[in-house]
Amino acid sequence: MIVELGHLAISVALAASVALAVLGLGGAARHDAAWMRFAPRLVVVQAATVTLAFAALTWAFVHTDFSVALVAGYAHSALPLVYRYTAVWGNHEGSMLLWVWVLAGWTLAVAWRTRGASLVQRARVLGVMGLIGVGFLAFLLFTSNPFLRAWPVPADGQGMNPLLQDPGMVWHPPLLYMGYVGLVVAFAYTVAGLLQGELGSAWARAIRPWTLVAWAFLTVGIALGSFWAYYELGWGGWWFWDPVENASFMPWLVATALLHSAAMADARGSFRLWTALLALLGFALALLGTFIVRSGVLSSVHAFASDPGRGLFILVFLALVVGGALALYAWRAPTVGVGASFQGWSREGLLFGQTLLLMVAAASVLLGTLYPMLLDAMGLGKLSVGPPYFEAVFVPLMLLVMLLMVPGPVLAWRRAAGRAPWRAWMVVAGLAVGAATAVVWWVPGASWATWGGLALAAWLTFGVAQHMVQWWRQRLPASARWRALRGAKGGMWLAHLGVAVFALGVAAVSTWGHEQDVRLRPGQAIAVGNVELRFDGITMAPGPNYFAVRARLPMQQHGQTVTTLEPERRLYLANGQTMTEVAIDRSLWRDVYVALGESLGNDAFAFRVHHKPLVNWIWLGCLMMALGGLMAAFDRRAALPPAQAA
Amino acid sequence: MTAKRWRMLWLGAALVALGGAATLVLRAFESNLVFFYSPTQVAAQQAPTTRAFRVGGLVQQGSVQRAGAGSGLQVSFVVTDGAHHVPVRYSGMLPDLFREGKGVVAQGTLAADGWFVAQQVLAKHDENYMPPEAAAALQAAGAATRTQVASQP
Repeated sequence: MIVELGHLAISVALAASVALAVLGLGGAARHDAAWMRFAPRLVVVQAATVTLAFAALTWAFVHTDFSVALVAGYAHSALPLVYRYTAVWGNHEGSMLLWVWVLAGWTLAVAWRTRGASLVQRARVLGVMGLIGVGFLAFLLFTSNPFLRAWPVPADGQGMNPLLQDPGMVWHPPLLYMGYVGLVVAFAYTVAGLLQGELGSAWARAIRPWTLVAWAFLTVGIALGSFWAYYELGWGGWWFWDPVENASFMPWLVATALLHSAAMADARGSFRLWTALLALLGFALALLGTFIVRSGVLSSVHAFASDPGRGLFILVFLALVVGGALALYAWRAPTVGVGASFQGWSREGLLFGQTLLLMVAAASVLLGTLYPMLLDAMGLGKLSVGPPYFEAVFVPLMLLVMLLMVPGPVLAWRRAAGRAPWRAWMVVAGLAVGAATAVVWWVPGASWATWGGLALAAWLTFGVAQHMVQWWRQRLPASARWRALRGAKGGMWLAHLGVAVFALGVAAVSTWGHEQDVRLRPGQAIAVGNVELRFDGITMAPGPNYFAVRARLPMQQHGQTVTTLEPERRLYLANGQTMTEVAIDRSLWRDVYVALGESLGNDAFAFRVHHKPLVNWIWLGCLMMALGGLMAAFDRRAALPPAQAA
Repeated sequence: MTAKRWRMLWLGAALVALGGAATLVLRAFESNLVFFYSPTQVAAQQAPTTRAFRVGGLVQQGSVQRAGAGSGLQVSFVVTDGAHHVPVRYSGMLPDLFREGKGVVAQGTLAADGWFVAQQVLAKHDENYMPPEAAAALQAAGAATRTQVASQP
């Protein structure tokens, strides 16, 4: 009964979305105030029904109602309660329902925040979001319905992929979707502006905070995915340039360019067309990412059951949305004006260069991601693009971006000839080069790339510090200082320092990280960094829905046992799958990481042992970026103007 | 300098940067393509002998051999597509879901002695899941039947 209610709810939500698109866009086109005023109510209907559907599916999973095909396919009676909740999105259909739920949530938030905006703009924005909702709800209902019953009802479910039975499953998908789908707001505002024929200051002001919030979620979502892959897959890597990772990373790169470009458009009225293009491309790449991950063209933990019909549906929808938006852009862009002019050596000039670099980076990731798929689709052979490609392209581009991040925010607007703080920068550069050289001198094993990474991370850190000192010396009133620090300026500094922290982590772990696969018998020991791990032996440990073999490895430093690492190999009973559960001794300065491999007979086991200096700085840096983004988003100056007369 | 000259300079710099970036990208791209070959193609000597490639199929039953105690983590196994075999050497930990009779993809180079020396044995994420390259290799060799690929629960 509850399941049928959920089924009905998504049907009603689809009808509401169709009505929202028609009344919103049609009402704006016909100047019909009654239609436009009704649109926000449909947003509420859409949000309520999708929420109801999501609750119904959650109910089915929590009560393990195996008469629902999806529950039978992805849950099991022995599955712990928390993973029954996450199993809702641990499959294709449920994950699409989560997508739609998040979209409905963003639409509701936009409807709420635009109470005071102009009726026409509000109707158009909500109408465009409704149109996206139509596409995805139709996809859900007609190709990926989560509420279908199975007959006969199986006695038990097939269980959840053990890889997904992890706390990461609670946070990673919802946060990532919040970011992915959140890019729809800037897209909708831009399409609405193009339809209106005006990309004015109201448009620029509106998309900035939305983009910042979506970008912050996307940053945390991607970082969490990376963190999860690091400890779950047992390989010790934090980024694999896997197509699925790239699918989320490309929108991130574009969103990063977009939020900076939108800040320029907001502050100076320049970059309007570029910002509009980035807004369209950002969401286009989010849709492309959904296609890559959800269509079944890929082999990965993210691709569940594949069905060619689904891929075709998303591909057609993608072509319609992106093609339509870009056609609209080509048609309307000449009429909306280019905005204020500026010189190359100015804040705008450098920023434009940086957004361009970010777009080149995104394009190179796109090439490496799509090329193998296209070739395969055309039957021209199977190949993959190795991580060295991405590294060779990506690292130089990002180093260049970091180089420009110090002068960028300091330079004057429009034209900066002769007014730059060259002497301060010389000092910053000298300090950075000195620091990097000293580290490379004292710690063996570094390459030129390490030196470059360290020097630029230091350049950015000292540059931000110099900028802060310079700003502090202006002797603003305390209230103004506080406002700036917790707002856009403080957010920018925190995020930029986050980039430096991230870069330091990457440089350290890729240079000084050490990995070895070893064979150990009880009593044997192995040195890792400045500690020693001794293999004491194996114990058997039953879990709630698995059976584990656990190794004991006391970790010794200077002859003292500091802690004991206990990596496991788990055999999941529902599907007989084996999983490695690594043990990590974490600290800010290094991780000691042990994965237990297979038994080699004769009491010996295979182990993979890593020493990862500064690895946690990678995710710490991402958190700083996201927090900085949120601070800037909620800056009162950047936020939407309070409700005015409609 | 006039605004116009600045603009020209800026445009020129942007073009040079883009050209440089494109060269960098395409060169790195070309040298990092890893092609896939089935055991049949390897047997027909179609696979390269100088650069790394991937080979995939099923791990032949009874072919997995660990080196004796005292030595490291050397392991050898045979990848088959039903028609032809490729012997593979590897040193290190095998992925969790590596099993005899199951699909596998190995990346490495072909040695002069005819062995495939793997640098990487690819992990799968799901027991029922077959690497698409391996599935394609089996199909091409006419050995892929649905029962073989998807029988085990």
